[in-house]
Amino acid sequence: MSTIISVENLGKKYTLHHQQRESYTALRDVISNGVAAFGRKLLHPFSTSRPQVPEQEDFWALKDVSFEVKQGDRIGIIGRNGAGKSTLLKILSRITEPTTGRVKIKGRVASLLEVGTGFHAELTGRENIFLNGAILGMGRAEIKKKFDEIVDFAEIEKFLDTPVKRYSSGMYVRLAFAVAAHLEPEILVVDEVLAVGDAQFQKKCLGKMEDVSAKEGRTVLFVSHNMGAVKSLCNRGVILNNGAVRLDSDIDSVINLYVNSENSFDSAGNDNINCFENVGIIASGKNSFITNNDNASLAVRINVKQNRNLNCGITIYNSVGIPLLSSCMLDTYDVINIGISEYLLELPIQILHSGNYRVEGAIWDDFQVYDQRECLCTFDVLRDDSKLEINGVGYKGYLKLPFKWSNQ
Amino acid sequence: MINKDYDLIIEPGGGVRRYWRDLWKYRELFLFLAWRDILVRYKQTAIGIAWSVLRPFLTMIVFTIVFGTLAKLPSNGVPYPIMVYAAMLPWQFFANSLSESSNSLIDNSNLLTKVYFPRLIVPAGSVIVALVDFFISLVILFGIMAWYRYLPDVRMLLLPLFLALAFLASFGAGLWLSALNVKYRDFRYVVPFLVQFGLYISPVGFSSAIVPEKWRMLYFLNPMVGVIDGFRWAILGDAFPVYWPGLALSALLTMVMFVGGLLYFRNMERSFADVV
Repeated sequence: MSTIISVENLGKKYTLHHQQRESYTALRDVISNGVAAFGRKLLHPFSTSRPQVPEQEDFWALKDVSFEVKQGDRIGIIGRNGAGKSTLLKILSRITEPTTGRVKIKGRVASLLEVGTGFHAELTGRENIFLNGAILGMGRAEIKKKFDEIVDFAEIEKFLDTPVKRYSSGMYVRLAFAVAAHLEPEILVVDEVLAVGDAQFQKKCLGKMEDVSAKEGRTVLFVSHNMGAVKSLCNRGVILNNGAVRLDSDIDSVINLYVNSENSFDSAGNDNINCFENVGIIASGKNSFITNNDNASLAVRINVKQNRNLNCGITIYNSVGIPLLSSCMLDTYDVINIGISEYLLELPIQILHSGNYRVEGAIWDDFQVYDQRECLCTFDVLRDDSKLEINGVGYKGYLKLPFKWSNQ
Repeated sequence: MINKDYDLIIEPGGGVRRYWRDLWKYRELFLFLAWRDILVRYKQTAIGIAWSVLRPFLTMIVFTIVFGTLAKLPSNGVPYPIMVYAAMLPWQFFANSLSESSNSLIDNSNLLTKVYFPRLIVPAGSVIVALVDFFISLVILFGIMAWYRYLPDVRMLLLPLFLALAFLASFGAGLWLSALNVKYRDFRYVVPFLVQFGLYISPVGFSSAIVPEKWRMLYFLNPMVGVIDGFRWAILGDAFPVYWPGLALSALLTMVMFVGGLLYFRNMERSFADVV
């Protein structure tokens, strides 16, 4: 197969401003800074350098990223938050320019970085289909041709002439995705857009995307935190880490490395007084995921050097970012030991649906927060005893009731 | 070139050559965005599109009373309302373009950060929306002229020429302000002031002939003076002779503003998505 995208030494530099919160400047600041500089010069005409901390700092969101994509490849791009995934997609879809390197692309690219980009609440479903189609790069004739198909896919026939602000969020997402799913580019770039919408529709969308790529030989670049979706859709994967490619390989090895590396974070170079040393999952099963037959515990290893009523807590989030369960060590102990010690916390797998979960944690006392991690580790649960999940529907509640039904 | 096999090469500063071709390619999106703005503008308003008629009409009545009846300024034998309205047309077009296009990039920031298209079509779309209002107002002008039984002469055919000048002035200023507004949000306060101020320093409520001779050339440094005088001359004829050197100055300044705006916009454009 021929190479359809070639990324060569791509880099993107952002300049971080330490003084200003907003990315834009106010004219006021420009003027006042100018006046201040002039004033300093008047007062100290012979000092050349400004005795100040630098106001800005360069930050490379991507550095030296190179990979190739062959026609028909379905590539999953995975990495933690801030690894550079979104920046990469933004460069590929030409929203922002790279600072170094280049990308060569053969064929038409359509990017779907958000569901319903450009939807206008006041416009009707019909009007928004045309508008959104045009924004995604379809011509008017093309939209007209596919109009009925889009409406069918979204299941909104009755509400075509209702302003979308009156739509339920489910209808809104269905309509938005329906338009996007009918794009016919050679290359489709998709960001984490499937995190929205109900499970059934997600399934339908994944199915549609699979149709698109497998049957028509279309190339797909797919960013997601949902390893299940990545695994079922992609045949190749790229792990990004701190703006660089860590691994570019077949999807199974990529997911394995990612899941394993996520389970133990790197605490080297952490000079906090009190910090997390290592956090992982200890499960009784042999798989990289946890099943409902396994016992699993969270193993938290912390390094404590100073204890003034110190506490350590964790929160478990589901894949759409809803906090589900929390616990802290002082619930169990009166005081946490000085030194490096490992604590185990049993995970209630019986109440978790299948999916990807993330553990967040912090170590703090009455005076300050010593260590705070958005992602101490992640784990996947795969049940074989949930009828709705097996049928691809999913449950409505975030947690599963662990009890059985009984007959009186 | 080795890269002939590829349709698209993304590299630092590489957007220039492709830009104008892209602009043509995205013409449908341009129309759709303009169409959206027109649709959205008067949705959920009780009298809808009538607003675009009412505003210049009411302003005309006030100006006629204040400048014509109370201040008794000359109107060279032309009914005062027609004289005011002939100037109101290009002025409203300019003012609407300015206020709409200066905010256009920020209002569409969700588009700028999520999809690629030549950003130029955003402020251009705003000017087109103002142009639609202009044509509606033009119909009203014909209504007023019919009411006063005032017949224009053949010069009326030159109106499109002055409209083109008004378009360049509006678009040029819009380009400057929309790009500046992304970088310096102060401009969202500057623009309403500019529009309000401009109404009084441009010859909308009165004829530019009342400006003393020695200040005349200076007065034409405001590009809208040339445009408005051109409109009056085309619609009302010899009652309002054009001061040609002044008009030429206005036209020249308009061109400078437009080209400068275009260059500045193109220069700022690549950082829009990172800044907005």
